[in-house]
Amino acid sequence: MEIVVSILIGLLFATAVYLMLARNFLRFLFGLILLSNAANLVIFAAGRMTEGAPALIPYGALTPDGEIANALPQALVLTAIVIGFGLFAFALVLAFQAYRSLGTLDSDEMRVAEPREEIAGEARE
Amino acid sequence: MGEYGAKDARWISMAGMTPVILTGALFVYFCGMVPTIASGGIIRHSIPWIPSLDIALSFYIDGLSLMFSLLITGIGALVMLYSARYLAGHPQFARFALYLFSFMLSMLGLVLADNVLALFVFWELTTFTSYLLIGFSHADPKSRRNALQALLLTAAGGLALLAGFILLGFATGTYELSEINAAGSLASNPLYGPILVLVLLGAFTKSAQVPFHFWLPNAMAAPTPVSAYLHSATMVKGGIYLLARMHPSLSGTDAWIWTLTIFGGVTAVFASLMALRQTDLKQTLAYTTLMALGTLTMFLAGSSGYAITGAMAFLFVHSLYKAALFLSVGIIDHATGTREAGVLGGLAGAMPVTAAAAGLAALSMAGIPPFLGFIAKEVAYSGAVGASLWGFVVLAALAANALMFAVAGIVAFKPFFGPQGKLPHAPHEGPWPMLAGPVILGVLGLAFGILHGLAASWVIEPATNAVLGFTDSGGRVKLWAGFNLALGLSVVTFILGAILYLRHQALRDRLAAIEARGPDFDAGWDRLMAWLVVVAEWQTRLIQTGVLRQYLFATFAVTAVALALPLFWLGALQLDLAMPSVTLREGVVAALIIAGALLAATTGSRITGIAALGVVGIGVALIFIIYGAPDVAITQLLVEMLIVVLIAIAALRMPYLDPTDKGPAFRPRDAALGGVLGVLVALVMLMVTAGPIDRRLTDFFEAASWTEAFGRNIVNVILVDFRTLDTFGEIAVVIVAALGAFALLRSARRDKGEERE
Repeated sequence: MEIVVSILIGLLFATAVYLMLARNFLRFLFGLILLSNAANLVIFAAGRMTEGAPALIPYGALTPDGEIANALPQALVLTAIVIGFGLFAFALVLAFQAYRSLGTLDSDEMRVAEPREEIAGEARE
Repeated sequence: MGEYGAKDARWISMAGMTPVILTGALFVYFCGMVPTIASGGIIRHSIPWIPSLDIALSFYIDGLSLMFSLLITGIGALVMLYSARYLAGHPQFARFALYLFSFMLSMLGLVLADNVLALFVFWELTTFTSYLLIGFSHADPKSRRNALQALLLTAAGGLALLAGFILLGFATGTYELSEINAAGSLASNPLYGPILVLVLLGAFTKSAQVPFHFWLPNAMAAPTPVSAYLHSATMVKGGIYLLARMHPSLSGTDAWIWTLTIFGGVTAVFASLMALRQTDLKQTLAYTTLMALGTLTMFLAGSSGYAITGAMAFLFVHSLYKAALFLSVGIIDHATGTREAGVLGGLAGAMPVTAAAAGLAALSMAGIPPFLGFIAKEVAYSGAVGASLWGFVVLAALAANALMFAVAGIVAFKPFFGPQGKLPHAPHEGPWPMLAGPVILGVLGLAFGILHGLAASWVIEPATNAVLGFTDSGGRVKLWAGFNLALGLSVVTFILGAILYLRHQALRDRLAAIEARGPDFDAGWDRLMAWLVVVAEWQTRLIQTGVLRQYLFATFAVTAVALALPLFWLGALQLDLAMPSVTLREGVVAALIIAGALLAATTGSRITGIAALGVVGIGVALIFIIYGAPDVAITQLLVEMLIVVLIAIAALRMPYLDPTDKGPAFRPRDAALGGVLGVLVALVMLMVTAGPIDRRLTDFFEAASWTEAFGRNIVNVILVDFRTLDTFGEIAVVIVAALGAFALLRSARRDKGEERE
């Protein structure tokens, strides 16, 4: 299954990059979501995948019984999911606020800090 | 300079006197070392600086460094005393005193450092402190520009020097100058060529050899005491010091002899002609400094006892008389309000002490017996006669010395005894703190000429031995060496010099006409700077477009290259693919994710996009469930739901994805980059999962989860026990994100409220 997941990760990266390069900021956010999913899968698959055996220690035992799923990447992915969500939520509010104050979602048009006129003016000087 | 240093100005202050006293104390301290060094001893101090790189902050005192130290501290103390009076009442005098004192210390470090990297640091410190000094009148744009010019030029040379020093370290295996020189000539080393070029670049920019000379006259924008100090014994002599210091290891080759002789000779003749051409006394002196630097470089080309003794004697005497003359010109400027050679004249009556001091210095400069300047000139002529390119050296030295004779007359004779023009102020004698410097230095030039044995055995011969790298026979410094070729050359010098002095006004016009036709280095510098600005603007516009997509494109492209290079170019790619056996369950999940991702990338509808993202998220959650990660799957599902809710609230208040009705346009360039990056990441993942895995951490957690932390869910134990701080950080991130989002939304509400009012 690692081979299939590797290819899925590649596909998620490809679509994420494609979306993030779009002018529309909402598409950028879509790309961001796909990218964090891809990143989570990278961590998960790098720790190898074991089917149907959660990382649990049975009652009465001191150590796990037989081969179980790798717990370390799972812990990392849990953290990553939550942080990815925090990032996404903030970016969404930022986009929303940017749209309300600038009236556009086109990142090419968001030029309050570097207005086109000013750049053109500097070039003339 | 009318507004400062007025007659009644209070000049004794903490800021003014502390550096004088400290520098004077240092001078006395170094004087105490004279007997040790003169008898051939060497003093070395070393303290570890960067032990991991085997770099020590080591200091080394031999004849050469001691001579420089004495000049730096001795002249330094006099100049500081002078400036206390000269700039008395200046609102920024304390700052000036600090700069000057810092400069003095950096210069001292430069000549005392034994480690080449320490030497480099001090070298750059002198560059920076001199920048502050030259640009001290920072309200004047010209002063700022000239300071910047000196900074850029000498700092660029300094960088070349650093590269040269590092190569030197490679070539010799040590960074200690004493060890490098003890190892003898580097001429046969394969790195000799690059080292020589880089070190000479550093030395020539610092010591203002043609074609890097133009910063030095411009540096006259500094207050006069600064010029007196920087251009007599210190800053510009830094390059000469370096040449002298590296003499044992770098000299003796054809490359060394030819380069130094030609650059030095051309600089010397060019500068003495230019000196004659100037009408501003300070500019005249600036060019004679240039001439001295050229002469010194020319003599350092040689390796004979006479050439080096001549260079050291000249270096010593030049520092004395040049500082005295600069300081005298400062007094004249201070007293009369002008430095124009054309109007100054007949000041001897009003300023007898200045006239005497300047006269003594000028006689030394002109090389009249029995002044030390005469002896230095004689020894130098003897060295010139024996030089490898003796014809060129003798002619250059003769021309430079004759012109210097004439300049001595212009600077120190004409202002005091010639016809007087209309002066801005009535002349008056300078106050004693300002007179002390020129008087002492002028008298020293005479005293050392008469007691030349003392000057030779204390200062000049130890320095010569240090430069040569072995003990010279000595005894060359004498007032009367018999009727020899050098004496003949001296006589020719005097005759030529006298003729030049008498005809200097006519010559000046001729030279000005020639100068106007020649290349203008200063204007060339301005063009270079303007070109730099144009290039900077061009590349800034090219790189800093202000368009987010382009920044992202560049970032992703660089990432792709960084992934592809090791894979394909360095041949890291190793794939051993077996056809995977995919169960139906896995196949369905994979199909879900593929469909979701493709749909999200291509749809033009917000609702479809949100739904497609949801499909991908749930597909990923299913993978977690199948492969034994129920906790992760639950979190993933929850987050996925929250995302959909959030987007549904926010996105539907935002406009359509595509402003026109045509639907999303396909972007082939972005798709290509995405595809390439996707393939690369997939390849890396295939290699990673096919390779061996390090399970040490997992094994530890599995073994310790119950026995140490008493938890049966290993993932949970890791999160809340072993890696608690990580989890804490995670919570902090979420809180910060929430607070940020909240603040943004609140500010939006406030904006709206204001609009309504």
